[in-house]
Amino acid sequence: MLNINPKPKQQAEHDKKINGADILVKALRDQGVDTIFGYPGGAVLPIYDAIFKQNDIRHILVRQEGGAVHAAEGYARSTGKVGVVLVTSGPGATNAVTGLADALLDSIPVVCFTGQVPTHLIGNDAFQECDTTGITRPCTKHNYLVKDANKLARVIHEAFHVARSGRPGPVVIDIPKDVQLSPGDYLSPAQVTHPTYQPKTMPDMDAIERAVDLIADAERPIFYTGGGIINSGPRASEALRKFAKLTGYPVTSTLMGLGAFPASDPQWVGMLGMHGTYEANLTMHGCDVMINLGARFDDRVTGKLSEFAPHSKKIHVDIDASSINKTVVVDIPIVGDVGTAIEMMIKVWEKKKHSANKTALAKWWAQINEWRARKCLAYKKSDKIIKPQYALERLRDLTKGTETFITTEVGQHQMWAAQFMPFDEPNHWMTSGGLGTMGYGLPAAIGAQLAHPGKLVIDIAGEASILMNIQEMSTAVQYRLPVKIFILNNQWMGMVRQWQELIHGGRYSESYTAALPDFVKLAEAFGGVGLRARTPDELDGVIKQMMAVNDRPCIVDVCVDEKENCYPMIPSGRAHNEMILSSDQDISSKTPDEGLVLV
Amino acid sequence: MTDPTIINQQRHVFSVIVDDEPGVLARVVGLFSGRGYNIDSLTVASVDKVKAISRITIVSCATPQILEQIEAQLNRLVPVRKVVDLTSAGPMLERETALLKVNSMGEKRIEALRIADVFHAKTIDATLESFIFEFSGTNEEINNFVELITPLGLIEVVRSGVLGIARGSKAIF
Ligand SMILES: Cc1ncc(C[n+]2csc(CCOP(=O)(O)OP(=O)(O)O)c2C)c(N)n1
Ligand SMILES: [Mg+2]
Repeated sequence: MLNINPKPKQQAEHDKKINGADILVKALRDQGVDTIFGYPGGAVLPIYDAIFKQNDIRHILVRQEGGAVHAAEGYARSTGKVGVVLVTSGPGATNAVTGLADALLDSIPVVCFTGQVPTHLIGNDAFQECDTTGITRPCTKHNYLVKDANKLARVIHEAFHVARSGRPGPVVIDIPKDVQLSPGDYLSPAQVTHPTYQPKTMPDMDAIERAVDLIADAERPIFYTGGGIINSGPRASEALRKFAKLTGYPVTSTLMGLGAFPASDPQWVGMLGMHGTYEANLTMHGCDVMINLGARFDDRVTGKLSEFAPHSKKIHVDIDASSINKTVVVDIPIVGDVGTAIEMMIKVWEKKKHSANKTALAKWWAQINEWRARKCLAYKKSDKIIKPQYALERLRDLTKGTETFITTEVGQHQMWAAQFMPFDEPNHWMTSGGLGTMGYGLPAAIGAQLAHPGKLVIDIAGEASILMNIQEMSTAVQYRLPVKIFILNNQWMGMVRQWQELIHGGRYSESYTAALPDFVKLAEAFGGVGLRARTPDELDGVIKQMMAVNDRPCIVDVCVDEKENCYPMIPSGRAHNEMILSSDQDISSKTPDEGLVLV
Repeated sequence: MTDPTIINQQRHVFSVIVDDEPGVLARVVGLFSGRGYNIDSLTVASVDKVKAISRITIVSCATPQILEQIEAQLNRLVPVRKVVDLTSAGPMLERETALLKVNSMGEKRIEALRIADVFHAKTIDATLESFIFEFSGTNEEINNFVELITPLGLIEVVRSGVLGIARGSKAIF
């Protein structure tokens, strides 16, 4: 064909070029990102300039970079999408580190952009320089330093792929300021495939068939489910519910997996592990077939390894091959997506016309119901002082029928929330499980609220934890986010106090916070609503008032019993069948010397 | 009482094919130090400029469960393309090169030369009072050579670390 007025090739190329900062914004848009959490600084000013010039992506200004990462985690966990963070170099990046480590341990997909000093200054101890890729290497799934604007689009699309595929996790992209300002070629997501990182998601059919045979033959089975089901997506939860119905087997879950199976279902035996239910832990201990679906045999769950479910054959489905045989050696390992695996199991079960061993199962349920009858979550009621468990029971009952997203801080209140709140759906529960990060709950609630406007979002908090990221109140006020902060205020670092009481002879070293702020005034100072409940009588009214606030954050200071301990509890280094049910049992004699070194 | 995990330890040679990019060695080394695996030997070099890949050979001593973990953990690293536990995969060859500087006079000098000859070591530098020998062999052969030559004036050793390759006609990558 005759080309009458050919544009010089170079000219055409040049037209396509936009600067690094614009490439970043365009790439985010093409990745379907609508919200990013960040904090500006010198090394990211060109990116902030690019953000200023567009309206597709909403930037949420947090008050500390750590808050940005937790907010992105809350956003990611409540939506199943990748959370996105933007921070400056040096202190911006180092402040983000806790959140990155948190996202890594809980397998949360996050992409975090960090500014960096210009390429020619890297290594010179320039102002606000730090070795971001060096610092974040062990606390990210992967990280990149991009030194060429032409590579930026590819790296960003790759980073989203890495963050969300296989076992999800945080990815850092460090971008020197000169790269943000240099022109480069843009590539769309469709033009970028990762050449080598393609994690295996399809389970091996052979292993699935062997697993189903074992499941069908079980006499004392248990489904031990974990965060993998949530990460796999809502289809995995549906498949789990269906498979549980088909088999009639009991279901327990880790802290991370709550909501995958409805807590209101009769087959639900409660959370397992250190503060799990008596019935869940004894069912685990006594089972003959354990079906681990997307959990990782964490030390909070297994207790003493040598006595962990000693008479069981174990099936383990995990998308991460390194989780298999890491701490517990299993009989049938299955590497792949857990949702797909359960769906395949259902097909095989139906094709082979399997049915559960009715007599054995009836006996097993009779035993489980005996354990249930111990009512391990019972506590001594009081009409004078608010018991923390009572506060959560009231919160549970008064929010019934309202779609609710729960986040938590870390400590006793977190365990009580896991025990008492009714999780019936996936992606409605966000807690820092792996890293146990105090200060997680408020920013995570902000992220969840932004993703679900108009929905009820509650951070169940401790008075010590909430102070770790209290500055994010200001963020919540700015964006008119009606997050609720329900503080179980026992005036102590309750979980620390509990261990000191039980294991360290009641020497309460530094676990009391003198000079706590007045949380009502604090809420008001930020521009939020502050409420307080001092007695059980006041509680219902205060919760209703809290639920009515719809245009700003609300802190509820619930003054609870200072001395309440969280039970049941497996002392460190003990087996599942050595649970302590209440303070009437002496725990110090139950903690073996090996247990003292454990956290 | 001897620690049963020590008795149970085996020495394995891993070949790791990685993208030839900055920081990849730090990721591998960081993985070993972070998870408390030991490294007996580590070598790395670019092996294909066109495909942009490097090959790392790592020797580690660990229990079978940890060896399985090492392979799985290496596989998690994004720039890792392939991990092969050569020791488990079948018959394999190991080679290491050592350069040894020996300073001696008289009888000892002659004896050093004789031993080098027996081991088929090459003499790659000589002065009136010193030699540098180049010797390739398995890790154990080098240890033996070093042991014999030490009393004969060995003053400096440098070793390449272990290289491993599977025997036979198939390539691992
Ligand atoms: C950042 C951080 N520092 C320290 C700890 C250790 N820690 C775990 S629970 C806890 C006490 C939490 O107190 P509070 O928030 O009041 O919760 P409570 O246990 O009283 O419900 C501490 C200090 C932690 N988990 N995270
Ligand atoms: Mg407290």
